[in-house]
Amino acid sequence: MTMVTEKDINEQIAWAKINTDVLKSMENPRPAYWVTLAVCLAMISTAVIAEYIQYTTGMGPANLNNPHMWDMYIATFVFWIGMSHSGTLLSAILHLIHADWRKPIYRFAEAMTTFSLMTAGLFPIIHLGRVWNMYWVLPYVSDRGHWPNFRSPLVWDAFAISTYLSASMLFLFVGMIPDLAICRDNTTGWRKKLYTVLSLGWVGSDQQWRNFRKIYLLMACFLIPLAVSVHSIVSADFAMSIMPGWHITTFPPYFVAGALYSGCAAIITLFILLRYFFRFEEYMTLPIMEKTCKLTFAIAMVWTYLNLVEFASVWYGHDIYNKELLIAKATGPYAWVFWTMIFCGSVLPFALAFRSLRRHMPTMFIVSLGLNLGMFFERWMIVAPTLSMAHEPHQWDVMWGSIVEWAIVFGSFGWFGMLFLIFVKVFPSVSMYEVKEMVFHRRRSQGEEDVARMTDHAKPATQEGT
Amino acid sequence: MSKRRMMALFSDFDEAHAAIADIRRNEVPGLTVDDLTMKSPIEHPEVEEVLGDRPVHIQKFTLFGALFGLTFGFLFLSGAQATFLVQPQGGKPVIPLPSNFVLMYEMLIFFGVWCTFFAFLFLSGLLRKRPTLYSEKVSLDQVAIMVEVDDSISDSLKNLFQKHRVLEIREEAV
Repeated sequence: MTMVTEKDINEQIAWAKINTDVLKSMENPRPAYWVTLAVCLAMISTAVIAEYIQYTTGMGPANLNNPHMWDMYIATFVFWIGMSHSGTLLSAILHLIHADWRKPIYRFAEAMTTFSLMTAGLFPIIHLGRVWNMYWVLPYVSDRGHWPNFRSPLVWDAFAISTYLSASMLFLFVGMIPDLAICRDNTTGWRKKLYTVLSLGWVGSDQQWRNFRKIYLLMACFLIPLAVSVHSIVSADFAMSIMPGWHITTFPPYFVAGALYSGCAAIITLFILLRYFFRFEEYMTLPIMEKTCKLTFAIAMVWTYLNLVEFASVWYGHDIYNKELLIAKATGPYAWVFWTMIFCGSVLPFALAFRSLRRHMPTMFIVSLGLNLGMFFERWMIVAPTLSMAHEPHQWDVMWGSIVEWAIVFGSFGWFGMLFLIFVKVFPSVSMYEVKEMVFHRRRSQGEEDVARMTDHAKPATQEGT
Repeated sequence: MSKRRMMALFSDFDEAHAAIADIRRNEVPGLTVDDLTMKSPIEHPEVEEVLGDRPVHIQKFTLFGALFGLTFGFLFLSGAQATFLVQPQGGKPVIPLPSNFVLMYEMLIFFGVWCTFFAFLFLSGLLRKRPTLYSEKVSLDQVAIMVEVDDSISDSLKNLFQKHRVLEIREEAV
């Protein structure tokens, strides 16, 4: 029996049509785009009100007190750092292994990385309480000539996250330069001025393309170990302590797997939204969706395995504090959060194993949100039970978070959504030149004689679009 | 002798490739592939077969940046930690290598990435004024060959381009 393989993208698509479709998306999204942006702004408003209350009255309204000196804020910080991983990391890995199905979707995934990091970066500042002293999170010398303690994982965080943010932004920007030149050549008004500056004078010469190939490869090589190191360092915030539930050797790979998992789930969510908002059915195709889902499923199984390893090592390790904590997670006051995490993180991904479900966008949208709910609960389950049931029983206290805390957490999703939606409206969310390359090389590999004859295919759209 | 700058636009990469190959075979006396630049909407590594090996130097800057980051990281951290000499260390070394490795690793990447980026800007001729002879079709779907030639050979070059079904030739005096 012969299997017919569905193509990732229509190889007959005209190059001019690619330009026209992507440029049009920046001008003319569906109304749902504006509704979503309004919802994000409303979410931000709730966070602003909550932050105002916290700012004017102190940390009391956030219920942060011993033993819960950090709770929801640090869990949300870890969640957003994790969310940032898939974009850049997967883009870099898939680039190195020449998986060209990444090309129509990597741009928004990389943007997701940048905006997740920008969202994550807010939480240490919010958690400080005294936000006017936000520069205290940076490692600088005090007026007594002393530097911060470089042995502390919190200082490592500052180095790692600032490195990751700047490298991810550069990776995103460099990958966009040829597309910004396309925008420059096809727009007018303020957009033309903006793209003229940002395209840095790109003209597509052979020298520029050669250098471009090299820098993209080098940056991908840098970003893979960087992304892994960043989440390992974030895990060190916990694993370097001697608290039960945190002092675990598998924490770095567990955090990295969790980060990839939540990032992949977010890519599915945003894939579906962008496909609908900007009518990108021809670029964000079902076969690409299927591949993304399969990748997410594989990572979900890695995450599940690492959970089992952690449970098994705690169970058979016979450390009384760790074992009690594990039992408390599964049967104590946080049990519903724990089991929801297990269901969303380990059971729900089996929906991704079914082809019919993978190709049904509303189902995948709900599943991807469920996966990320599970991953948010995972971070909560890392932080809260340990703080609630640490070594000193007289300090035991369950904490569910105050309205102020939840409002700020809720608003962070609006903040991320707003940044992301503005980005995809101002910049091309599908990489035009890489989709052209994908079409060109796939047709060439099929041996079509007129493969390089681009203008013939382009004529109808050229007349309409230019 | 006066010179002129020419830009030949092709709808077909293979034709542009063939035209460059003809120039490489010396079909236009006095002109070599080193005088040519190809501009295209996508990357065409295949063009190196005819344009010849044009070296890329970015990786040298990357190596420099990475080594600088590593060295600077060590010196910065150990210099800063040396200020702790006056404080009790609790038996721990003043300059602890394991934790410093983490930060040196981050600085290696930080400086490596930024040096790579600045090298890219510098070596690719970015941040300079764009040439006046430019077609927006190059960012759409056409391939351009740019060349600066003496007036005496411009006709034979045009004939060669015509042979390869050039769409348009634009010229300007240098």
